[in-house]
Amino acid sequence: MTVIEAHGLRKAFGTTIALDGVDLRVDEGRILGIIGPNGAGKTTALNAILGLTSFQGELRVLGRDPWAERDRLMRDVCFIADVAVLPRWMRVSQALDYVEGVHPRFDRAKAEALLAKTTIKHTSKIRHLSKGMVAQLHLALVMAIDARLLVLDEPTLGLDILFRKQFYDSLLNDYFDRSRTILVTTHQVEELQHILTDLMFIDRGRIVLSCTMEEFESRYMEVMVHPGQVAAARSLKPMYEREVFGRSILLFDRGVNKDVNRNIDRQQLAALGEVRTPSIADLFVAVVGNQSGTAQASHAHASPAQGSPQ
Amino acid sequence: MNTHSNPMTESSFPSQEATPVALSAARTLYWSIRREIWENRSIYIAPLVAAALFLFGFAINLMAMRRHIAASPLGPAQQHDLFASRFELAASLIMGTGFIVGVFYSLDALYGERRDRSILFWKSLPVSDLTTVLSKLTIPLVILPLVGFVISLATQVIMLVLSSVILMGSGVNTAAPFTEASFFHVTVVLLYHFVTVHGLWYLPLYGWLLMVSAWAPRAPFIWAFVPPFVVCVVEKVALNTSHFREMLQERLIGPGGAMEHNHAEDFTATLIPHHFLSTPGLWTGLAVAAVFLFVAVRLRRYRGPI
Repeated sequence: MTVIEAHGLRKAFGTTIALDGVDLRVDEGRILGIIGPNGAGKTTALNAILGLTSFQGELRVLGRDPWAERDRLMRDVCFIADVAVLPRWMRVSQALDYVEGVHPRFDRAKAEALLAKTTIKHTSKIRHLSKGMVAQLHLALVMAIDARLLVLDEPTLGLDILFRKQFYDSLLNDYFDRSRTILVTTHQVEELQHILTDLMFIDRGRIVLSCTMEEFESRYMEVMVHPGQVAAARSLKPMYEREVFGRSILLFDRGVNKDVNRNIDRQQLAALGEVRTPSIADLFVAVVGNQSGTAQASHAHASPAQGSPQ
Repeated sequence: MNTHSNPMTESSFPSQEATPVALSAARTLYWSIRREIWENRSIYIAPLVAAALFLFGFAINLMAMRRHIAASPLGPAQQHDLFASRFELAASLIMGTGFIVGVFYSLDALYGERRDRSILFWKSLPVSDLTTVLSKLTIPLVILPLVGFVISLATQVIMLVLSSVILMGSGVNTAAPFTEASFFHVTVVLLYHFVTVHGLWYLPLYGWLLMVSAWAPRAPFIWAFVPPFVVCVVEKVALNTSHFREMLQERLIGPGGAMEHNHAEDFTATLIPHHFLSTPGLWTGLAVAAVFLFVAVRLRRYRGPI
């Protein structure tokens, strides 16, 4: 079943175009990571989905128009919009009381059980909690809500690595099941790679890449080329090339252009060097970096062989 | 509220999960109002402090009077003055405090949540913008007058107890206020005043403040008070009239008919709601308030953190 469906989603702030005709479809049970540079339109897209901003085009979330029906939609949708939006004056017990009071799907016992695993006291005021504890509290509140869609916008920004790890572990182990859907944006891409089922790159208001993680793994390959094989490897038209410790790393896309790359297979690449699945971050740099690179003067250490994604 | 100590909650939970209870709008409104009171404790602390300060002054005054009375006993008029007019003073002090709290509360109500970004949390919950604005309007409209009324009544009782204790045996008939039945009268007048003036007459005022609070990009205080002032000045300069200023004055001071309590024997005569309800200003005021509140609800939908 489709959780989010968008066609030609547009949003402009004055002359700045935040979303430039986005088409999107997210099915139930997926964990979609939306990756993009700052100002790419990630948060605008999430805000449109959450009914926080108006938009042009067509958008249905769980069959509803989010802008017109935000309050009803929020019975089935939860979101954590970066850290520290919990009201600082509130006590932990008041936050529990309030959410229990207004949310028909809040399970107090579950929230209490999640909080019991932390060091957060019920009598504490939120202003006296550390950043990590506020994130834990917010996550406990959200995980105790039986929602169908969870939206996380930079949920772990500013948290240390232990909290970040714990955050995603607890989300996967205690919350996620196949009937829920999670949408997450983050800059800490590497921590998400093994969690996501779907991946989307967004740049300047447009979706520049959208695939499942299975596709990602079969389609993109990174080769650390043996020094003598560089010319041979370049002839296979990599989409991106970079150098690490004097060795060339070439990224190949086996998906888009079948005519050029249909012969590339793992064995062939393995003959040229060590083959591995690229990290999301490296692919992101290749896809988004290439596109903005054509406009900007960022060719400083780009070799001539480094072609466009075609 | 305290379901964590209620063993029923856990056992009844699975069925609750299967069919989430459709919470009524009333319940959402109730919790929204409760959260306003949690956040803004000045709603009851400020009037309590005003009452406590007044009672402190009143007690000192009574002590001084006790010495004075020994020399020259009080006449009936002075006795009336001792209770009725001082009680009026106490009530207006408490009401005035409540009004000031209400003004500052309303100015911050829809601005503060944007400034501290907590609006993103409130909007992540199934509470509509209408419910939110109504819950915030309820504070100056219902909760503050109610708190003021209860505290005024309590103050009156304490004043009577204090005067009985302090003036005991000094020859003043401390039961006089009861026999005058002014206690009853004053209570009725107070309640009437709270409902009509604070509840209905001031509604456009609070509506304006809430609207500005929902809109202001910063400094809602300035946005709320400077534009009316500018209108007054422009009107004076351009037309040499001051209708707008008079209108504001009437709004602040209260409707002519409803506010005149001239210590007449028959208090209740001035209390006939007919006078108040036939004031044209009341109905235009309510219509204007409806527009302000409608705009405030729409604005909250569009506005995000600042």
